[in-house]
Order: sequence, then structure tokens, then C-alpha cells
Amino acid sequence: MFKKWRSRWRLGALLPLMIWLMTGCSQENLSTLIPAGPVAREQLWLMKFSLGVMLIVFVVVIAVFFYVLVKYRKRKGQTGIPEQVEGNHTLEIIWTVIPFIMLFVLAIPTIMYTFKFEKVYSASEAIQVKVTGHQFWWEFEYPQYGFTTGQDLYIPKGKQIQFELTSKDVIHSFWVPAIGGKRDNNPGLINKMTLLAEKEGVFKGKCAELCGPSHALMDFKVIVLDENDFNTWSQKMRAKPEPMDLSPLAAKGKELFTKNSCISCHAVGGNGGVLGPNLTNFADREMVASIRKNTTENVKAWIKDPNSIKPGNTMFKGYSPYPNFSDDDLDALAAYLESLHVYKK
Amino acid sequence: MSAHSHPGVLPPHPESATLEGRNKLMGFWLFLGGESVLFGCLFATFLGLRGHSDDLLAKNPAEFFDLTTVAWSTVILLVSSLTSVLAILGMHKRNTKQIYLWFTVTVLLGLSFLGLEIMEFSNYTNHDSFHFTQTAYASSFYTLVGFHGAHVLFGTLWISLLLLQLTRKGLTVVTAPKLYVAALYWHFVDLVWVFIFTVVYLMGKVA
Amino acid sequence: MAGAVKRYSGLMDWLTTVDHKKIGILYLISAGIFFLFGGVEALLIRLQLFFPEQNLFGENTAEIFNQLITMHGTTMIFFAAMPLIFALMNAIVPLQIGARDVAFPYVNALSFWLFLFGGVLLNTSYLLGGAPDAGWTAYAALSTKAYSGSGVDFYVLGLQIAGLGTLIGGINFLVTIINMRAPGMTFMRMPLFTWASFVTSALVLFAFPAITVALVLLMFDRLFNAQFFEVAGGGNVVLWEHIFWIFGHPEVYILILPAFGIISEVLSTFSHKRLFGYGTMVFATALIGFLGFMVWVHHMFTVGLGPIANAIFAIATMLIAVPTGIKIFNWLLTMWGGHIRFTAASLYAIGFIPTFVIGGMTGIMLTLPPADFQFQDSYFVVAHFHYTIVGGLIFGMFSGMYYWWPKMFGRMLNETMGKISFWFFFVGFHMTFFIQHWLGLDGMPRRVYTYLAGQGFEKGNFISTIGAMLMGVSIIVMMINIIVTQMKKADAPADPWDGRTLEWAISSPAPEYNFAQLPRVRGLDALWIEKMAGNKGMIPAEPLAEIHMPSPSIMPFVKALGLFIAGYGFMFNGNTKATSLPVVGFVFEHYILAAAGVAVFLFGMFLRSVYDDQGFHIPIEEIHVDQEENA
Repeated sequence: MFKKWRSRWRLGALLPLMIWLMTGCSQENLSTLIPAGPVAREQLWLMKFSLGVMLIVFVVVIAVFFYVLVKYRKRKGQTGIPEQVEGNHTLEIIWTVIPFIMLFVLAIPTIMYTFKFEKVYSASEAIQVKVTGHQFWWEFEYPQYGFTTGQDLYIPKGKQIQFELTSKDVIHSFWVPAIGGKRDNNPGLINKMTLLAEKEGVFKGKCAELCGPSHALMDFKVIVLDENDFNTWSQKMRAKPEPMDLSPLAAKGKELFTKNSCISCHAVGGNGGVLGPNLTNFADREMVASIRKNTTENVKAWIKDPNSIKPGNTMFKGYSPYPNFSDDDLDALAAYLESLHVYKK
Repeated sequence: MSAHSHPGVLPPHPESATLEGRNKLMGFWLFLGGESVLFGCLFATFLGLRGHSDDLLAKNPAEFFDLTTVAWSTVILLVSSLTSVLAILGMHKRNTKQIYLWFTVTVLLGLSFLGLEIMEFSNYTNHDSFHFTQTAYASSFYTLVGFHGAHVLFGTLWISLLLLQLTRKGLTVVTAPKLYVAALYWHFVDLVWVFIFTVVYLMGKVA
Repeated sequence: MAGAVKRYSGLMDWLTTVDHKKIGILYLISAGIFFLFGGVEALLIRLQLFFPEQNLFGENTAEIFNQLITMHGTTMIFFAAMPLIFALMNAIVPLQIGARDVAFPYVNALSFWLFLFGGVLLNTSYLLGGAPDAGWTAYAALSTKAYSGSGVDFYVLGLQIAGLGTLIGGINFLVTIINMRAPGMTFMRMPLFTWASFVTSALVLFAFPAITVALVLLMFDRLFNAQFFEVAGGGNVVLWEHIFWIFGHPEVYILILPAFGIISEVLSTFSHKRLFGYGTMVFATALIGFLGFMVWVHHMFTVGLGPIANAIFAIATMLIAVPTGIKIFNWLLTMWGGHIRFTAASLYAIGFIPTFVIGGMTGIMLTLPPADFQFQDSYFVVAHFHYTIVGGLIFGMFSGMYYWWPKMFGRMLNETMGKISFWFFFVGFHMTFFIQHWLGLDGMPRRVYTYLAGQGFEKGNFISTIGAMLMGVSIIVMMINIIVTQMKKADAPADPWDGRTLEWAISSPAPEYNFAQLPRVRGLDALWIEKMAGNKGMIPAEPLAEIHMPSPSIMPFVKALGLFIAGYGFMFNGNTKATSLPVVGFVFEHYILAAAGVAVFLFGMFLRSVYDDQGFHIPIEEIHVDQEENA
């Protein structure tokens, strides 16, 4: 009686542990288990389907496994020699043929989807976006609209998006788990991939291929707007806006931005280089450097010492010696950057 | 188990008369299997990179590849393969003189092949500005052909060393497998060259 | 005829030995040390990921982390797992086929020293400017000079040196198994471990040249400015991936097949039963080895090779599940109806089954390209390959270690400590890696040095790190067990487990010559047949006579040392730091040191060719003395 109670108590202790384990892990907008588009949903279906097929095997193996261990364990005082069985052809044929059938069942949807996900949409059927990976940031070019963004990918809900993936330096891999599986960004080569988002919201994107020290920090955002909002946004972006009526501080920042040749890598509106992320809509971003909340403090910290925030980044490495900004300069630069609004909902 | 040498009672196939000899032969065949993969990968690399960034080159390789020299090289190596067979035939007849003669010819042919190859490479670099570091295609060309050249060089040194041993030790069940294996190696190197001639030069000319 | 050959003792004995049993022990010790290195690296990785946004290693945490993951992967695969396999192959295969040694004892020693010096060279990178940091897969362009540190040079050269050793080791075992079997030991009477070693050696032979080519190309790019992987010069980064995985996938089977072999032996012995479906098991082993070469693209589904390539390679990969499944069921049926004894060795073998089945299941899931688009390069993959490599290979190797320890060292490992260690390892392993499937599915990419808080990764990483610590405890218990055992007297019986195969017919540890008289083999499970026939041991196939043995030699060590030195010569040639060294600086110019090292190697080959090894003979009296001692 006592024993039984104790084992129940043990189970009882396990329960909260199990609940703690199972809850709050998968995050909406990030997890592949909570799909927000047909690609991710179909991929999840295939994952579940294959898991189901595999579980049949697993259950059979585990059942036989425990049966054998319990039934045929050597008991105390047991003597004699068990029968030396050579094998059994019928059994062996059974467990050759059944896996074949299971694999066949698995192969059909696999091949179907393998071809389906490689469909390429023409410019008239889909919005084209060229995704270029850089150490350690993402560039999104919209050739049909004639503008480029950095870090934040805006797409309309329910529209097919046709991606062209490439890289400027090493191999990266473009992954938005909640909307669909990844494809590699290979330098010198172009990969195609299509996605479609069904839900509005901000989705997290990741670089999945080791690409250097800050590979872990090479996040991006996919901002899914409804079609009208997207049109508004794209019209504003197409105008290549530069901020008007700057505050005196921000105006000083703009001056510093030019004087320190930030502009030779970072474009704002229609002017500037292409080596770094386009900053036209910098103030719209949720994050600075893709990993810190976009606050004035964080912007300043980032500009002051980018290498401590994103080790090995090219803004620091490629700018030698990196300027030593005074606090006043940083205030001004931050004020300028924080004025770069394009679209606020 | 041990390899005793009994001059005069040498068996008809001295290379596989002892377990050591048979092991050596078997091991070497397997080694050549590995070498095939090695060259296979180098060929795949070459084919994968051919035609990329040819605009970075001063001239198109199809223009300056010197087929006459290469054809002579091919003839030389093929003949050397034949002479190495004659040397092994001599070994089976226990005719040491024949071994010396034909292996010496093999080595000399190998050296002349190397001479032609060095000449060819220096022509490419000096006259045609076709350098190892210029494009991936150039790198793969020199790596593939150069690897083969290194094999030829190693083969000539090896066979020469074995001929020296032959003078000191005579033909025994210890030296015979070595000679046999060296001949095998030489055939393999020749065979690789046939592929290089076809894939690199002939197909390169066509392209 | 054989002259008086010096038989060394002490350190010189170990440096000059060509005895496969001693080389096996050398492999085991070195593998153990590298395993500890790799294990410490693993723990550091897990500690850094214990909590979000940590910087355990100061401001260079990101760089150091990438070095740790690269070294962990490279060390564990090439310098722990491979030599563990070679340790057991060396220690056991010649005994199982009734041979006195391997086909090329001298080459065997060379294999070992090349592997060891390659591993040492790689690990010295920590002290000489940083370890490689491009991942154990070293994908170009990240691994080219522009994007990674000098550590990758150590990777490129260390792996070439070690790989050469592995390649000739593979050839050695192929020839040994083909040519050196005892009378009556036909192919279809060979124990499964020997079969697995045979197939693995064949895979080594055909896979290692591929990685050699890949490493040579990368070395040429890095050291001699070739353009193989430089996009601007017409190079192609995907080329590396192809060649790497043409090697890399067979490598997976090189690792797992010997473990399959061990599991087959251990389950059969400890169930007191013959292996179920021996012929099918042999066929399945060979088939897995063969298919292993046709599936490399399943590592590259996201590279963009197109749906046709992806579909073909997906189907080819699925096929491997069939022979693997056959093996699982045959193991279960081997235990069925037996008298299963639970020892440390059999616990690892038993624990292997469900663990490996999980690894196989996720393997099938990964081979579906559309699903793989989600799994690829996420923690799901990390979980999967640790289930196969740790849950498969390491469980198998540990099982084999407990099983054959008496045969290797003449001592029995402590069973209680062995079982404690097993349970820590088993629980710790599943705790570490099971949760990682979910981390991957929830969007955590692999090889990230940290993760931001608030993405749902905290719990999984926390649990995973605790699990890794439990595995660490297990290894500590195992080390204590080994130390305590080795301090005891060597008194293990010849046949402690009631074994079935030839190695249990001779004393523990085996005498230098293995078999005083080569045995006559009358069937599968050769010793078991004699036991059932009521014989005390094997029936000899030859009269007792002097035994010819190969001479020990220091040359394998010297040759490997030559290439080791040449490695530094290549890496530091023209390096301003190295060339400015007083006095020795000049050797780092014009490849003097590199040429000298290679010359040492070639000179060693020259000597080996010119001076024939006459070997020596062990007199009959000495054999009699051995036999009386063991009686």
C-alpha cells in the first residue's frame, strides 16, 4: 500500500515537471510548429506524417524490446543453453518488405512536395525579392519597385513572393521558420525559393549556415502587412524619402553621417553606398543591429562600439581605424537615424 | 611465413610466391583503388571549374594547348607502359638482364615525359600568361596535370631504386613483388594520363 | 637465418612496436585523450549555451565558441571516434580471424603515428594563433583565407596527415582480412565485428582520398593563392560541399558499421545465443556500405541542386533504412529466447537499440527534402547526428571496450562502476539531446554561440546543459574505473564472458604471437563449436614450431614526425613572426622546413625499401613457458 502511494507521489511530482517542459517553448512567429503560410504548413504536415510512419516502427521495436528484456533476462540459478537459432527467413522477409512498403508510402508525398516547392513564379505572378546575405546582415532588393531595404523584409499578406537568394561573401542560409523552410545563399550563385505568408505580423528570420563569429546574431524580421498597407509602404519607399525638417541635433547628425563617410556604405533615400544596410527606414525597425531594441541608447552603443555587439562585423572591420565618436556626436547621429521614418502604422 | 630467398629455385611467379608477396600485391591493388578516387575527384574538380571566368585569362586555353607536344607525351608514356610489361615478362623468365634493359628504358621514357611536361608548363606560364593563381580553371588544370606529373616523377625514382636493389640482392621472392608492384603503379599512371589527354587536352581543344 | 633483433622494453617498446595489440592500446589511449579534449570542448559549448546572452569567454566569446565547435566536431570524428574504431580493430580483428598479426605490421605502426601526429598538430593550433573556426565541415568560402583565421591551416594539414594514416590503415585491414584468415575461417564464418571492420576499411579506402583532395584544394587556396573557392576567380564554393560529403557520408558509415559489429557480438554473447540471421546481417552490412556512397547530397538539400537531384538522393537515402531495420530486428531476435545477462558491456549494447532507432527515425525524417528545408542546420540536425554518433557509435564502442578490456589488458573492468557510468551516460545523453529536437523545430539554428532571451530557447538549452554534465559525471566514473582496474593484478581469465569467437580461445591478454598454433576453424562461432563438441580449446591446424615475428622499428614514428614538422614548415613559411625568430627563423623561408620534413618521410621510405626486415623467431621453449604460465 505504502509502495503504491509512493509511486503515485513520484508520478505526481513528475507531472508539473512535464507541464513545465511542454509549455511556453514554441514561439509563435518563430516556430516551425506554428506555421503561418502554406509552405511551412505543408512541410509541417510532411514532418508529422513521417513521424507518424516512423512511430509505428518505434512502437513495434520498443514493445518487442521490453518484452524480450523482461521475458528472457537470465534468472538466478538458470542453467542450460538456450536453443541456438540460426535465423528465420519468413521473419526476415517480413521485416524487409514492410519497411519497403512504409518507405514507398513516405516517398510519394515527399517527391510531390519536393517538386512543388521548387516552382518558380514569374514577375507577373509574384513579388520578386532579391535576398543577399552579408556578414552579418540581410539585404532585400525589390526589383519591381526599384528600392532596397536592410534587415526588415516587408511582404504583403496572401501574395506569392519569389525570392532570389545569393551572398556577397560566405554561405548564408535564409530561414523564416514560421513561414517556410530555408535555402542557402551561395556566393556567386543564385537560388530560387517561394514563400507566402497568410498571417499579418512580425516573423523572425534566421541565418542557418555558420557564416562567421556573429552567425548567431544574423537575425532579420519579416513584416507581413495587408495588401493596402504594403502598397502604401512600397509607394513611400519608392519615393526614396529623406527626412525633412530635421531638428538641429539631427541635422548635425546628418552632417556627421556624411563627414565620417558613413554614407559611402549606407544609403539613405536615393543617396549613398551599397556596402552596408540601407538606412532609409531605419527608425521603422524594431531592432538595431538586428538584435537590440531600437532605442536611442542602443543606437548610440552600437555606433560607439559595434564590434562588442556584433563581433567581426564589417562596419567595424572595414572601417579602419574606426572613429572614436564623442557622446555629443553619438547623440547627434542617433537623433538623425531616429528621424529616418518611412512608414508608421 | 618468412621470406627465404633461394636463388636458382625461384618459382615461376616469384611475386606471389610468399604470403608477404601476395599481401603486397593485394595491398597495392587496393591502394590503386584509392588513387582512382583521388584522381576521380581531381577530374571532377577540373570539369566542374572548366569554362568559368575564362575572360580573366589572356588567351583561351583551347588556343594555346600544344597538342603536338602532348601527343608525343602520350606516345612516350604508352610505349613506357609496354616496356614495363617487357620487364615483367623478363622477370617471369628469370631473365635479370631483360628486367634491367626494359625498366631502364621505362625510366628514360618517364624522364623524357617529365621534360616535355616541364617545357609545356613553362610555355604556358611564360608565353600564354596562364598561371596557377589566375583562375580556378587554371588552378585545377595545374593541380590535376601536376599531380600526375608528380606520380610520374615518383615512379621513375622508385623504379630506379628497385633496379639498384636488383643489382645488390638479385631477383628473389622479396624483390620480385616490388618490381611487379612498381610496374602496376606505372600502368596506373599511364592509364590516368590517357584520361588526362582525352579530358583535358582533346576535349579542351574541342571546347 | 633471422639475426638477433633487439626487443625493446619500456618507452622504446611502445615507440617501436609493430604488434597490433600494442598498437591497439596506443590507439585506445590516444583516442581516450582526444575524447577528453573533445568532451571538455563539448562541456564548454554547453556551458556557454546554459543561459541566453552569455559571454563566458570574455569579449572574444563568439570567435572562441566557433573554435570550440570546430574542434569539438573535428576531434570527436577524426581523433576520438576513428581511432577508437581502429583501437578495437587492431586489438581484435587479427585474433578473430586467427592471424598472428596484420598483413603489414610496420605500416600499421605508421598509421598510428600519422594519426597521432595529425591530431597533435591540429590541437597545437590553440597555442599558435587560434584553433580553426569554420566548423568541422569547413565550408568554403568561410574556410578561405579571407574569412577565417590561421587555425584552418592546422585543420587542413592535420587532417591530411591523419587521413593518410587512416587510409593505409584501411588498406592494411582489407589485406589482413582477405589474406590472413586461419585455415577454415571462410568469409561466411567471420564474426560480425570482423565483417564490419572489413566493410569499414573498404569505405575508408574509397572515401578518404576524396577528403584528401578537398583538403589539398583548400590548402592550395590558402597557402599558394589558388582560386578553387574564390568566386571572383571563377571558383565555386559548392564544389567543396560535394567533395566533402562524398567523403563525409561514407564516413558516417565508417563510424557506425564497427559499432553494429560490436553490438552483434555482444548481444549474441550475453544472450548466450547465436546471432540471428547471420547471413542477412553480413549482407545488410555490405549493402549499407555500398549505399553509403550514393547519398551524399542529402547533406545538401538546401544548396539548390534542383528537385530531381534532391528526389533521387532522398530515395537512395531512404533505402538505407531497410538494411538498418533488418539489423535492429535481428538483434531483437538474437535476444529473443536467450538468457540475457546484464553487464556493463551488454547494457551499452541494449541501450544502443532504442537510442539508435530514434536516430534512425529522425534520419528518415531528415531525408525528406521538403521537411529537411526546415530541419537543415537547425538543432534538430544536431540532435539527430548525436543520436547516431553518440547513441550509435559511442554506445557501441563503450560496449566493445567493456567487453574486450580483459582481452586487451588482462584485467576486468569493475562492473558496478561500469553500470553506474552507463546509467549516468544513458540518462545524461537523452537529456542532452532529446530536447534539442524541439529546439530545432522551434527555430534555433545550429552553431550559434548564443541566443537572445525570449525566443523560447531557454528551457531546452538549460536541460540540455544539465544532461551534458551528467555525461561528464559518467566519464569521470569510467576514468576512475579504468585507473583502479589498471592498478590491480592482471588476472583476467581467457574467456570471462563464455565467448563464442576465436579471441576467447587464447589467454588474456593475448601472447605476442597470438596463437601458438594457428587454429582450425570449423564453423561460425568457432570457439563455441569446440565448446559444444566438448573440446577444451581450438584444434590446432599446424604443429608447434618457431614463430617468425616482424622486427620492431622506430622508423614509423620518425616518418610521421617528419610530416608533422613539414606541416609547420608549410603553415609558417614566410610568416613574419616565424621568420623573425632568432637562429631558427631561416628554416621558415623558401619552404626549407617543409622540404626537410618531407625528405625525412621519403628517406624513411627509402630505408624501408632498401633494408629488408628479416624479423626474428620466437623459440618453442618460450612458447612453452607462456603456456605454462597461463595454465
